[in-house]
Amino acid sequence: MSLLTTNYLTPTGREEAWRFTPLKRLAGLHDGSTKVADHISLSAKSALPNGVALTVADAAEHPASYTSTDVVTNRVREVVQKVSLLTIAKDVELSEPIHLSRKCSSTPEFSRVVIQAGVNSKSTVIVENTGNGELGEEIEINLAPGASLDLISLQEWDRNAVHLAQHHAIVSKDAQFTSYVVSVGGSVVRISPTVEFTGAGSFADLYGVYFATDGQHLEHRIHVNHNVPNAKSRVNYKGALAGDQAHTVWIGDVYIHKGADGTDTYELNRNLLLSDGARADSVPNLEIETGEIVGAGHASTTGRFDDEQLFYLQSRGIPADIARRLVIRGFFAEIINKLKSAELEERLMQRIDDELAKVGE
Amino acid sequence: MGPNGSGKSTLAYSIAGHPKYLITGGSVTLDGADVLEMTVDERAKAGLFLAMQYPVEVPGVSVSNFLRTAVTAIRGEAPKVRTWVGEVKEAMASLNIDTAFSERNVNEGFSGGEKKRHEILQMELLKPKIAILDETDSGLDVDALRIVSEGVNRVKANSELGVMLITHYTRILRYIKPDFVHVFANGKIVEEGGPELADKLEEKGYAEYITA
Repeated sequence: MSLLTTNYLTPTGREEAWRFTPLKRLAGLHDGSTKVADHISLSAKSALPNGVALTVADAAEHPASYTSTDVVTNRVREVVQKVSLLTIAKDVELSEPIHLSRKCSSTPEFSRVVIQAGVNSKSTVIVENTGNGELGEEIEINLAPGASLDLISLQEWDRNAVHLAQHHAIVSKDAQFTSYVVSVGGSVVRISPTVEFTGAGSFADLYGVYFATDGQHLEHRIHVNHNVPNAKSRVNYKGALAGDQAHTVWIGDVYIHKGADGTDTYELNRNLLLSDGARADSVPNLEIETGEIVGAGHASTTGRFDDEQLFYLQSRGIPADIARRLVIRGFFAEIINKLKSAELEERLMQRIDDELAKVGE
Repeated sequence: MGPNGSGKSTLAYSIAGHPKYLITGGSVTLDGADVLEMTVDERAKAGLFLAMQYPVEVPGVSVSNFLRTAVTAIRGEAPKVRTWVGEVKEAMASLNIDTAFSERNVNEGFSGGEKKRHEILQMELLKPKIAILDETDSGLDVDALRIVSEGVNRVKANSELGVMLITHYTRILRYIKPDFVHVFANGKIVEEGGPELADKLEEKGYAEYITA
């Protein structure tokens, strides 16, 4: 193992960025002690359409396009020799999603993925994660001018998985990036969806759904960097928690730099506590260096299950367990329904039902 | 009938099993079965229905999904898709409810009149034995009052439904003819009579029943 040369330190837990994370449960992904396997488990689930290619390329030929302050991202960059490169040619418009998946096993893996969406292309990319492994991941998403890309990241991990990731989008002029992060499995999941704009008229929509049960730690750290004029961003994350020691963390950092006139941003986080012993941390941060903006706001709420809703449904004959499931599905529907895939919606809702049924076992 | 604060809604919610009430004495039976021993959903399955004064919003749950889930629970089996769609459409049409209503979330953004019509729609589909209508007339304009009242009369005519109608006003009694009128004050029934009692209340008010 080479000596690390990047300018970061192994986290101790006292850092602002790591104060919520249970470092002891990260299997050494954060401090370099883990031995990672030299393999790439990401693959296309079905044949790729014309104009789309998934290749394994030399990491040296695809250096990172941005500076990351994330410890794990820097370790990933330090270690990987190969990157998974997904390219979508210019002007390609896809009606069906590009479906990628990886199943992790007991051997820890570091994965660097680069997605390049060509000029005026339009696509949806699904990255599906299953299994019980340990994964350090960086996904770099480059959207060329006028490109539109939806990235759906699914954490359908088994119970012992550890997943630390940064998903960084570079959104250029008139490009539209939409991110969906769904975390419904794993022991520790810590994902940082980060966005920077490089041209005016760009747009980023960041959605998330998470459901944590007994002992699970699910953390999502959003960072949107408004550094150009007339860009727009929306953030909406919804989470539910049930069972002892279920813990979720949501950090929403939005920076509006000097000169980012005409910025329009709003971020929202809602948490639903279904039982005692669960804890939801929610920290929205908005920093504004220019007054010449269209709008900037944030909201965060964490509330208990509404007994009035339960009573109303039960009073119509619906048994308590089904009523609870209906209310929870309803809570997530606002975001899950945006996935525009009935099959995927049902699969994720079913997983949430199943997780809920296991609480307290 | 009874004045504000007399306990009419408390009685209704207690019978339905709202968790914020604890019943410390007395009994409630339906066809001989002890209602107080039942969970809220069991009461509904036994044939009890409460049309609420303030129906609750359930975000993200569509009216069609809600109705189907409720009917499945009450009838003990999922309704046949073919007949179900028609059944809902017909019930909605007779209550002057637009079919687009099915796709809206339960009570979310409904007007006062829409909420009340939605309550009666549920009653029509769930076919209870006894329905408690808690101030179903409040907040309704003349047209909505007529449509809702006709809905109640229709369900009553087509089934063995018994109705306990809670109201302040005699206005709704022009459309729904009571067999009995009970005056409720300070948590107790203080007078009973036929429809003529309602006329007397309209004229004289509740003053004589409210003791200091």
